[in-house]
Amino acid sequence: MSDLLNVTSSPHVREKDSTQKIMGWVIIALLPASLFGIYNFGYRALILILATIASCVASEWIFEKIVHKKSTISDLSAVVTGLLLALNLPPTLPVWMAVLGGVFAIVVVKMLFGGLGQNFMNPALGARCFLLISFTGSMTTFTYDGVTGATPLALLKSGESVDTMRMLLGTTAGTIGETSVIAILIGAIILIMAGVIDLRIPASYIVTFAAFIVLFSGHGLDGSYLVAQLCGGGLMLGAFFMATDYVTSPVTPSGKILYGIALGILTGIFRLFGASAEGVSYAIIFGNLLVPLIEKITIPRAFGIVKEKGGKKNE
Amino acid sequence: MSLKTFKGGVHPKDGKDLSKSKPIKELLPTGELVFPMSQHIGAPAVPIVAKGDTVLKGQKIAEAGGFVSAPIYSSVSGTVKAIEPRRVAVGDMVNSIVIESDGNFTEVEYQETEDVTALSREEIINKIKEAGVVGMGGAGFPTHVKLSPKEPDKIDYIIANCAECEPYLTSDYRRMVEEPEKLVEGMRIILQLFPNAKGLFGIEDNKPDCIEKISALVASEDRMEVVPLMTKYPQGGERQLIYATTGRSINAKMLPADAGCIVDNVETMVAVYNAVKWGKPLTNRIFTVTGDAVCEPRNFYISVGTSYQQLLDAAGGLIAPAQKMISGGPMMGFALFDLNVPTTKTTSALLCMTEDEVSKYETTACINCGRCVEACPEQLVPCKLAQFSNHGQKDQFEKWYGLECVECGSCSFVCPARRPVAQAVKNMKKDILADKRKKK
Repeated sequence: MSDLLNVTSSPHVREKDSTQKIMGWVIIALLPASLFGIYNFGYRALILILATIASCVASEWIFEKIVHKKSTISDLSAVVTGLLLALNLPPTLPVWMAVLGGVFAIVVVKMLFGGLGQNFMNPALGARCFLLISFTGSMTTFTYDGVTGATPLALLKSGESVDTMRMLLGTTAGTIGETSVIAILIGAIILIMAGVIDLRIPASYIVTFAAFIVLFSGHGLDGSYLVAQLCGGGLMLGAFFMATDYVTSPVTPSGKILYGIALGILTGIFRLFGASAEGVSYAIIFGNLLVPLIEKITIPRAFGIVKEKGGKKNE
Repeated sequence: MSLKTFKGGVHPKDGKDLSKSKPIKELLPTGELVFPMSQHIGAPAVPIVAKGDTVLKGQKIAEAGGFVSAPIYSSVSGTVKAIEPRRVAVGDMVNSIVIESDGNFTEVEYQETEDVTALSREEIINKIKEAGVVGMGGAGFPTHVKLSPKEPDKIDYIIANCAECEPYLTSDYRRMVEEPEKLVEGMRIILQLFPNAKGLFGIEDNKPDCIEKISALVASEDRMEVVPLMTKYPQGGERQLIYATTGRSINAKMLPADAGCIVDNVETMVAVYNAVKWGKPLTNRIFTVTGDAVCEPRNFYISVGTSYQQLLDAAGGLIAPAQKMISGGPMMGFALFDLNVPTTKTTSALLCMTEDEVSKYETTACINCGRCVEACPEQLVPCKLAQFSNHGQKDQFEKWYGLECVECGSCSFVCPARRPVAQAVKNMKKDILADKRKKK
């Protein structure tokens, strides 16, 4: 009989959730923004979304074949990366650039560092920054309704006024998935309801950023300026979908808040004092680099451990 | 109503419906019974019988091996067949007394105490010690040691652990439903030892009938109170229970008594009552045989020393092939590879499952999702600790409070990557504690 019994260490039961299911929820939560992007920008957006997803999944599969590792594409993380990358691209980007971005995201940012769970930088954002630097022209040309023009945030930076209502709805120029705040927030609510993310990172990020804008933009408590800053430049997409990326954000509860604050400040600096109007991608990438340090200083005190004076732990 | 509880924790499928409505049935063992000399924390007991001796039920067969130790009594009448190492449920070989039952259950005469309130503290402690009472919830800490803190007057709370938070187990539940008086009497005796203490019964709200019954029993008692608790695992963990019922917190370096608390589980309090009032040694306990592979899940009143195989047979055997058999509950129990092991004072259940979830799932990479952090009742970061364990980083492990782990398994339970997080943490904890003992 003993041959038939499994002997393992306790616990002997597991919850039903899996990595694949979590990634599935992220994909579902990204659908409103994706569908709106396709509606807003037309078939080009759909082609780019499909191309980056295909590129990411294929890169992971081929890489793992080459290095003789078990394929991990079924965990759906490559799909999430591809979709996120596409949502961060202008709809007019040549397809081959998008495909190249997908390869970079998976091979360079993710697989070369050990695959899922080991990358220190968000693959989609790493690839976006790679594309921004390599193909600045194509990556910063935004066309809306056949007219090439500035994004709302760029307009704002040059001192012009913007229609905040259109920014909420998303009928503006921008990357495929960043324009509609409403669509992004629907996705964010899905993620929160499904228990995939909590509010620690996005809330501390957004609140800090808003405070930074109020304090340093020179516009003070100008409501429409603040709303435009919050709705524009992919801040919402970044705060709910990319800053919350498990692998590249702190795991400690207070570290998550500190991380959000750091992102808020970095985004504020890049936007107000930098040359570009956006800054979210770079802020999150820099934030990713801070994660090990943040975790180190936010080790949670265990239950029942009383902090004594002088910072010594209870003996 | 907001129920008292602790931070963190998980909600595994409770599975108690299989056996909760089954009344306790006495099971008289046949053939050979095995009494391991280590059924408690501390020094092993020392046999005082020899091969060939005839013994009665309730006769002492092994003497305590030190202060932190407990004597062992035969649960049957019969002949000592052997004194030799035998396999126990956790897998070790332990020196054991093997007794062949004569089937008569001839009992020794016990010394009843007419008026328990007339007993002195020393007399009560001595009766508990002599009866071999140990923590029957699993840890097996000798109860007389627990009830002898340095400053008895500083104990504010005696907490009866009626949480039974382990899924599937229903032995404490049945005890509370069928004989709540014995539990309350046990509490009364312990309170007699601690003049300033209040007795709390911490019961999870998935047992409303127990809450009702015990509340009715203690309604007129000034010194006893029922504290309904949220149903959540590990609500019955000692530190979690103390926090939920009293708001006090202790860490791994403290004893409950340091926070003015003493915690005893249901069966243990009943054993205290039997020992002090009736002079009966600990020879029996309630035991649940359950799981979807078991023909008739049941609660038995067993003689300690009965083999798991006999208990399974008494429950009608297997209805379907079992993939996994567990001594105890699914969260902290031990997987068995053989049913020819004896029950002891601390074993509370045999769980047979047709499907082993653990081996069904494949382990994948940690994605740092932090679910283990949310689930950890000790507010640790299990994924980091597991990583430190796998990399042999003992200093980091301690810095992240790894030694505070209570080994409840909540981290492994929630892990979406199905990583054996708790196992890794337990391994390193064991290593570090062994190092520390060596240094001493």
